[in-house]
Amino acid sequence: MAIEIKNASFRYPNGFVALENINLTIHEGEKVAIVGQNGAGKTTCVKMMNGLNRPFEGDVIIDGVNTKDVTVATTARKVGYVFQNPDEQIFNNTARAEIEFMPRYYKLDEKEVKERVDYAVKICDIEKYMDINPYEIPYPIRKFVAIAAVIASRPKYIVLDEPTAGQDLHGTRTLANMVDQLTKDGITVITITHDMEFAVQNFDRVIAMAHKNIIKDGTAQDIFWDDQILADARIKKPAMGELAKQLGMDGRILFCDELVGRL
Amino acid sequence: MAFIELKDVSYKYPYTKDYALQHVTCSFEKGKFYGIIGENGGGKTTLCNVIRGLIPHFYLGKLEGDVLVEGKDIRDWDTADLCSKIGFVFQNPFTQISGIKPTVFEEVAIGLENLGVPKQEMLERVTNVCEQLDIGHLIKNNPNELSGGQRQRVAFASIIAMDTETLVIDEPTSQLDPEGTESVFNIINTLKHSNKTIILVEHKIDLIAEFCDEVLVMENGTVVCSGLTKEILSQRSLMDHNAAIPEVAKFGHAMADAGKPLAEIPVTMEEALKLVKERSAR
Repeated sequence: MAIEIKNASFRYPNGFVALENINLTIHEGEKVAIVGQNGAGKTTCVKMMNGLNRPFEGDVIIDGVNTKDVTVATTARKVGYVFQNPDEQIFNNTARAEIEFMPRYYKLDEKEVKERVDYAVKICDIEKYMDINPYEIPYPIRKFVAIAAVIASRPKYIVLDEPTAGQDLHGTRTLANMVDQLTKDGITVITITHDMEFAVQNFDRVIAMAHKNIIKDGTAQDIFWDDQILADARIKKPAMGELAKQLGMDGRILFCDELVGRL
Repeated sequence: MAFIELKDVSYKYPYTKDYALQHVTCSFEKGKFYGIIGENGGGKTTLCNVIRGLIPHFYLGKLEGDVLVEGKDIRDWDTADLCSKIGFVFQNPFTQISGIKPTVFEEVAIGLENLGVPKQEMLERVTNVCEQLDIGHLIKNNPNELSGGQRQRVAFASIIAMDTETLVIDEPTSQLDPEGTESVFNIINTLKHSNKTIILVEHKIDLIAEFCDEVLVMENGTVVCSGLTKEILSQRSLMDHNAAIPEVAKFGHAMADAGKPLAEIPVTMEEALKLVKERSAR
C-alpha cells in the first residue's frame, strides 16, 4: 500500500507549470517531511496526493487506484490534507461540529463518531475549545481544530501543511507527539515544513524540493549534510549539524546527544 | 528616561471574564531592540496593543495601571500623534492591508498620504522602501492578489515608509520561508542601526537570540522574566513557562549534564562555536 506519483506534471489553469515530471513513492508507515523554499511546488505536490490537483501528465496512484479514475471525495477519504491556513478549511459554527462533520457525513453510528472525535481531540489537545466558534479560537489553536477534523475522518495518510508555523513550545510538542501517535496507530504522516528542527527531530525521510521538482529524497542525514542540496532548496542545516560542521567534525551529526557524545 | 513605561498594568477585553494582562510592569528605552516571547494566548499581542494605544483608544474594556509614552499617559495621547511616533505591523497582513488601494505602491503610500507628506518625498520614500523589502517588482500589482509572504512584506513596507521612531512588530515572519524570514530580520536589524526602538513578538527563538538586546517572556498575562537576551535565553527553566530556548542553549545544558560543561551557556551559534573551541583547547 502506497502513494505513487509517476512522471507527473502539473499546470495551473492560467498556464503556470508548478511541477515537472515528479516521481515519488511513499509507503504506508513512513514519516515524511517535504522541505524547500516558497514556490518550490510543495503544496501543489501534496494536493496531487489527495486528488485536489490532478496531473496533466503522468499518474498519481493511491493504494493501487489512479486518482484520475475516481472522485476527489474518494481520494480524500484515503489521503487527508490539512490546509496551511485553517481558514480555508473550517466552515462549521463550533469546533465540535467541525470535527464531527466527516464522521457524520460517513453516516457512522454515534459510538463510532464519539470515539473518533475523542481520539482526534485528545491528540490535538483542544478539549477546552470544543464549544467555541472556531473563529474565536486563537489562530495557532484553530490550526489544531483543522487537524482534528481531518484526523476524525480517519484517513490512511495525513498531510500536514506547515503545522508548526506560529506555534509556541506547547504547540510544537503537541505536534511532535501527534506524529508519533498517528504513526503508531497506522496513519502515515507527511508534512510540509519550513521548520528544519521539526523535520529532523520527527521524520525519518526528508524530501527536498526546488524548481518544480524533487532534488533529493533520503534520510535527514542525506539531505542536511548535502550542502549543494541545501543551497538549491534554500534551506539551512539544523543547529546541531551546523555546529558540528563548523567544528570540522565528521559523521554527519544532526542531534544534540550525538554531538555531546563526540565532544 | 524610558520611552515607554508600563506600571502595574492590567487589562480585560470587553465581554471577557479573564484579564489578558495582569500587573505588568516593564519599560522600553529608545534605540533598543526588544523581543517578546512566550506562549500563545499569553498576552504578547495585548501588550503590543497597549503600547500602540489601540488599548484603550480602539478596544474598550478595562485598563488599569499607568501606560506612559514619553512620560505622557496613553489615555491623553491623540491617536494620530501616537501613530507618527509608533508604527505597528500586525500579525496578520490581511488585517492590516487596507483593501481600498488598487496597487501595492498606493498601499505602501497610504500612511504617508494620511500624514500629508509632500508628493516628491512620498514617491521617494515609497520607492526606496519597496526596493529595500524586495517588492519593487510588485508595485503595480493588486495587494489582494499576492501570496501570504508577499502581503506580509507589503504590510511591513507601509509601516517602514512612515519612518516612526518606534516600531511594534507582531510576528512578521509567520508566513515566510527561512530565507524570507532572514531577510525580514535583516531589515529589522538595519532599522535598529538607524537608532529605532523595536519591539518584536516572535516565536523563532534563534533569531531573537541573534538580534535582540533584551527579551521579555510572557505567560498567562504576566511578564515572567525580562532582561538581557543572553541572561534570559540561557535559562532552561524558560521551557517550564512554555517558552522555547535556542538549540545551542539546550546543547550547552546537555554538555553540563554530561559532565562536560562549557564555560557558560551559549545562545547563538557563534558563541557555541567559541565556547566549544575554548573547552577543547583547555
